[in-house]
Amino acid sequence: MSNRNEKMQILSQRTIVILVFNLLAFAVIVARLYYLQIFEADKYKVMSDENRISTRFLVPPRGTIYDRNGEAIAKNEQNFQALLISEQTPDIENTFATFQKILPLDEDEEKKAVHNIKNRRRFIPIKLKDNISWDEVSKVMLYAPELPGIEIDEGLNRKYPYADLYAHVVGYVGPVSDKDKKNSPLYMVPGFKIGKSGLEKSLDYKLQGKGGTIKLEVNAYGRVIKEIERNAGSIGGSLQITIDSRLQKAAYEAFGNNSGAAVVLDVRNGEILALVSTPSFDPNLFTNGISYKNWNELLNNERTPLINKAVSGQYSPGSTFKIVVALAALEAGVINMDTRYYCSGGMDIGATRFHCWRHSGHGALNVIEALKYSCDIFFYETAMRVGIDKIHDMAIKLGLGQPLNIGLDNQKNGLIPSQEWKKSVKDAAWTRGDSANAGIGQGYVLITPLHLATMLARVVNGGYAIMPTLIRRTKQQPVSKINISQRNIDIVKQGMFEVVNAPNGTAARAKFNLDGIRMGGKTGTTQVRRISMKERKSGIIRDENLPWRLRNHALFIGFTPVDNPRYAVAVVVEHGSSGSGVAAPIASKILQKALELDIR
Amino acid sequence: MGELSFATSGSGIKQKFMRMSYSYIFLIMLLAIIGTMTLYSAADGNWQPWALKHICRFGLAFLLMLGMAMIDVRQYYKFAYVFYFITLFLLILVEAGGHIGMGAQRWINLGLFKLQPSELMKIGLVLFIARYFSLMTVQGIQSIRGILIPAVLALLPVGLIILEPDLGTAMMLLLTATIMFFAVGVQWWKFIAVAVLGGAALPIAWNFLHEYQKNRVLTFLDPERDPLGTGYHIIQSKIAFGSGGLFGKGFLHGTQTHLNFLPEKHTDFIFTMFSEEFGMLGSLSLLFINLLVLAMGYLFAFRCRNYFARLVIIGLNTNYFLYVFINIAMVMGVLPVVGVPLPLISYGGTVMFSIMASFGIILCMSLNQNAAMNFDD
Repeated sequence: MSNRNEKMQILSQRTIVILVFNLLAFAVIVARLYYLQIFEADKYKVMSDENRISTRFLVPPRGTIYDRNGEAIAKNEQNFQALLISEQTPDIENTFATFQKILPLDEDEEKKAVHNIKNRRRFIPIKLKDNISWDEVSKVMLYAPELPGIEIDEGLNRKYPYADLYAHVVGYVGPVSDKDKKNSPLYMVPGFKIGKSGLEKSLDYKLQGKGGTIKLEVNAYGRVIKEIERNAGSIGGSLQITIDSRLQKAAYEAFGNNSGAAVVLDVRNGEILALVSTPSFDPNLFTNGISYKNWNELLNNERTPLINKAVSGQYSPGSTFKIVVALAALEAGVINMDTRYYCSGGMDIGATRFHCWRHSGHGALNVIEALKYSCDIFFYETAMRVGIDKIHDMAIKLGLGQPLNIGLDNQKNGLIPSQEWKKSVKDAAWTRGDSANAGIGQGYVLITPLHLATMLARVVNGGYAIMPTLIRRTKQQPVSKINISQRNIDIVKQGMFEVVNAPNGTAARAKFNLDGIRMGGKTGTTQVRRISMKERKSGIIRDENLPWRLRNHALFIGFTPVDNPRYAVAVVVEHGSSGSGVAAPIASKILQKALELDIR
Repeated sequence: MGELSFATSGSGIKQKFMRMSYSYIFLIMLLAIIGTMTLYSAADGNWQPWALKHICRFGLAFLLMLGMAMIDVRQYYKFAYVFYFITLFLLILVEAGGHIGMGAQRWINLGLFKLQPSELMKIGLVLFIARYFSLMTVQGIQSIRGILIPAVLALLPVGLIILEPDLGTAMMLLLTATIMFFAVGVQWWKFIAVAVLGGAALPIAWNFLHEYQKNRVLTFLDPERDPLGTGYHIIQSKIAFGSGGLFGKGFLHGTQTHLNFLPEKHTDFIFTMFSEEFGMLGSLSLLFINLLVLAMGYLFAFRCRNYFARLVIIGLNTNYFLYVFINIAMVMGVLPVVGVPLPLISYGGTVMFSIMASFGIILCMSLNQNAAMNFDD
């Protein structure tokens, strides 16, 4: 019996140990509960919300861009898409086939759709067709009972109603690419577009607007259960530019098939009234991602439609630069109205023979006549006497070689050489020949059409340092005066008047007279190839017999009215052969249109 | 002492009914109701597919429990060995069938229901060990020879169940047997020796584990190891606990569960779901009810004069404790996820019937608390 009692006693003792062990185990659970549900509760609450709340971004409507008359030149257009939601149709293949009968998909669209139907979750809408017309929408609506699971989704698409007219100014938007800086979560939203070029790019931040957000409760598979919160965001800011679409159109059409650029300024305030670069392209091609074929076509075109020649094209100014040289010399007192140089058609500078464009020579002429006939010998002589540094200073005052930021891509400053520049960049001393070359706007001097128009505007407005601008401002900025005497400006203006209006001026063929309102201007023709000694002896090949890319560039700067200038234009026609024959008539047409429109 | 007065005369069915512990039965019903309610929430507020079936099963299992309680206590003693060996035979049958069939097979299809021998073994082994030690002397228990046979016969089903493979059940069986060995008075040092030897053998045993079992252990040790795969469950479970906080998100409002972030919410992870909706206060209440069930079990054990009956209660109570502890500990990330459900709360027929049967046996033992110390006397 004692053994039995002992056995029972052991069992009782051990049972108490087991009971204590059970209690300890429960204490562990309680401690763990405390740790998870009290101590770390905040952390897990956040994680739980991250699980269940999915934030989606609402793409804000982009701001509209208007021209000076309030016409929209970049706007948002309704865009309809046909979507398929797999789980809402009992027979997906049948729905898909029926849809194809109503709105046939092309090969690419079909491939994409079939792939998505197979691979996406059944509740995620699949895009079948984008950019469908209202007619097509109504067709789909009509057949809706036979199309379970098909939905029409309405979105916004960027639209450029003037197509190629504003491609280089307004630019275009496109899908965010890997290269873009993603500084807002909005950039991750599919369908969000950002400015890729032109004002769309430089003013992207203003145009974008603020993205809204929707907080949605989702389950573990991403299905939306309900909307928790909505923040609508705000529409992008609109802006108005200074260009007049009617003038822009006239300028663009004036070029015909020519490749080149034109800039029209209001000389009183620097407002850009037209800025074209030809040939152009249709920016609408880019909004949904341009096709490979179209892109290659644009890229391989020898007339470079993608480059904005008005601000990125750098050309020798040629004889248009004689305005700057004349002013520099007059201001320096090196020449005056009565200073005459003799042109025999050529002169030796050092060991090199320099020619006038007119091989027979102009005889003795003063500065006004030299501008009128565009005599080269007169300006070789003048440039050598005044020296490059004074020419450089005058050019800089007139805006050449300076940054003129108007918010367009890849703007170039051109180049105005000086003795110091040559020494530091070319590591060589400035020569008299260099000055002579600069005197007729050849050699190192480079300008863009925008710079040329700015220079002319600053001369003809009486020496006010206007800055070109594309954005319309309600308040005019005060403009500083450049220190040039009115007398000398008048001399140069007289020269430019005669270029066009004298019977034998270089641009006489481009003259007009609208109720007494006339144009002044200056032609320029610049070589793009070297003429060898041998060719010079055997006779220079006529430009029209050369391949296009070897022909001379044609330039013209013009202004009107002569008495109280209002508009200034710079025209560059690439390989246009002749400033007087090709560029001047284009400039003339543009200025006449400007006068006719009487732009406010 | 009112109950005691019935003790000697109360052998009739009616008297037995009168003397049953109604508070114990009430706690069991309370757990089943909590389970039904939680399953109702798990189905987003629907009786289908789980809650209704659960309460119906409980009804049937309740009858089984009463039946088991009414059986004459001597029959358990008498058939303990037979029951053990039949169950062992069934286990071998399942193991053989599993090899012939495909992959893991844990049950025998009897047409009406699926019989899971490993569940039967949880009761069979307890009865076997209790009977074996009930006749042994203290000296016998504390000799190596005395515990050799029950040790081998306990390890045999454990090994078979590991092969199925069902790590959770095997572990529970092994722990139940170990605690019973401890209860009868096997010396402390023997457990320590076995633990040391077992620890040394662990690297070898590791090689015998299935890949998914190895993954479970590794994931338990570091849940972030594979946040989208095996670690996902435990991370989501911890988020559910933590975000439930002190008061919970409210009945039917657990986001982790209703939005399907929590897997297996109606079976192994049901405690997580309960805890997310009712918070720490709810969890503590549920724990407390379970603790009461266990405490009453031990109380019954202490009242028993019969050694066999007392040991059976301790074994079955331990089995219940292991269910509750392992399930809750694993969903809270304290133990690896080994697939142990929470009895009466988790959805699933097998555990419901086996646990209710064991409650029936505990009730039966307590009804006979005044039986002589040994039935063979």
